[in-house]
Amino acid sequence: MDVKKYVIKQISVFSENRPGRLAAIAHALGEEKVNILAFSIAEANGFGVVRALVDQPERAYKKLSSIGFNVAFTDVIAVHMQDRPGGLYEIAKILGDANINIEYSYAYSGKEGAVLILRVDQVVDAIEKISKTGATLIESSVFH
Amino acid sequence: MFWDKTNETLKGKKLEALQVRRLKQTIRQSQHVGFYKKRLTQAHVRPEDIKRPDDIQKIPFTRKQDLRDGYPFGFFAVPLKKVVRIHTTSGTTGKPTVVGYTRNDLDTWAELIARNMTMAGVTENDVFQNMVNYGMFTGGLGFHYGAEKIGMTVIPSATGNTKRQIEMIKDFGVTTIHCTPSYAMHLSEVAEEMHTSLDSLKTGIFGAEPWSETMRSSLEERLGVTAFDSYGLSELFGPGVAFECPERDGLHIWHDIYFVEIINPKTGEQLGDGERGELVITPLKKEAMPLLRYRTGDITMKMEDGCLCSRGQKIGRITGRSDDMLVIRGINVFPSQIEHVLLKIPEVGNQFMVYVDKVNHLDEMTVDVEINRDYFSGELADLARIQKKVVQELHDALELRTTVKLVEPGSLPRFEGKAKRVVDRRGDAI
Repeated sequence: MDVKKYVIKQISVFSENRPGRLAAIAHALGEEKVNILAFSIAEANGFGVVRALVDQPERAYKKLSSIGFNVAFTDVIAVHMQDRPGGLYEIAKILGDANINIEYSYAYSGKEGAVLILRVDQVVDAIEKISKTGATLIESSVFH
Repeated sequence: MFWDKTNETLKGKKLEALQVRRLKQTIRQSQHVGFYKKRLTQAHVRPEDIKRPDDIQKIPFTRKQDLRDGYPFGFFAVPLKKVVRIHTTSGTTGKPTVVGYTRNDLDTWAELIARNMTMAGVTENDVFQNMVNYGMFTGGLGFHYGAEKIGMTVIPSATGNTKRQIEMIKDFGVTTIHCTPSYAMHLSEVAEEMHTSLDSLKTGIFGAEPWSETMRSSLEERLGVTAFDSYGLSELFGPGVAFECPERDGLHIWHDIYFVEIINPKTGEQLGDGERGELVITPLKKEAMPLLRYRTGDITMKMEDGCLCSRGQKIGRITGRSDDMLVIRGINVFPSQIEHVLLKIPEVGNQFMVYVDKVNHLDEMTVDVEINRDYFSGELADLARIQKKVVQELHDALELRTTVKLVEPGSLPRFEGKAKRVVDRRGDAI
């Protein structure tokens, strides 16, 4: 199995916790015609990381870096969910049973249906485990 | 290399005799100043009472506040027509302190700068870019005329437009620069962003703010210079008072021009060699504005005599000005200590800001520091780990709990003149 096609590039942006930072990031991406498919903000002691799944990660990385943001790529995986009550439970149970440890996760519902994005510590291992459970992994080509 | 070997290496009885003679002359000169006339009469000190260098202790101290009270020309000992230049010092509060120079004063000052720069090994073959303020700040014109005196090729670039500064260094083959250590760090950052290497540089003269040994190695590595510490203050002409020789272990202070004492700042008692205290200086060759036992507010010590270069007794590098010193929950903190800690942590940048607040009657210190671009993994947990590391290292060095805020790279202010990294907001509390 080619696990690589399931590895998705998330952009992670360091941001101080002060008004206007998200607007600055979103504006820059808008200008570059980069579409944000999903994002989340994680916050700790006065600073945070904005995580986003975008259609053109390289372009987003370049643009944000050029205006001074500190940006990194993070490998995540995406799992398809049923967009109905109990949909998340089904997937979460499968992940739990397969003994996959989630560092963080966020979800969105779009034209591909409901999608759960996962950051795990062992990406390749997780992809192999999930593919054996019958859950549907989404290829990175769907996003970018 | 010496500029004025006789005077630079003057020692023992010869030096003492010269100091006593000049001290007497300085007392005579100061009697043209209303403040000193009154002070000396009250203290019953006349020039003839000075027989040995030790007799200087009979004279009362002069404080910066005295000079402020004399604003603008209260400390001039000559008529204004004899004053050919005026500088002012960057006072943080209220009126600045005004200093005046006669033509002879300017000449003495340029001689001192020439001594310093020659001691650092630069000659008329060097190209010198002077990247400090050329206005009221003494660092600009002070170094300018000293360097011209040596015969160096002087580029009065002043401050601002860092990219242009870098282009000039490259295009003009600059070998020697003078600026504040924090601006030098900024310069190296910008050069790095421009992918420019500054190969012609060999000597860096840094002063006007205290800087650490870690900062020295960092600047030497980044700029490819040998870094020299320069000390001075406007009240004593400006830069040029003390300077490092190639040994770079303490600063030579010019004993024929400045009478040096180290005192306990609380009691005013003189301290011995190796004891840290406040530097008190009596300039021995000033016409326009003589000063007696001027309390500099700078903390240092007299070092053991006997430098390999055979010049006179050195003073230790300034660890901070007593007015830069913060007292946080009873603990003395110098901004230079914080800088020292941050330079050792590669995950964060070298720029910082310190905010001091009063929260529930307790002093709280917050240090803002930039995350280093190369160390951002994208993971929040890694950032939290870096933050914790900085808190821990600061705690180890200062014995003080601080709040550390990680901020975006490039977001903290860069200073071209004297860095103002401390914002004490305790006075604002009700």
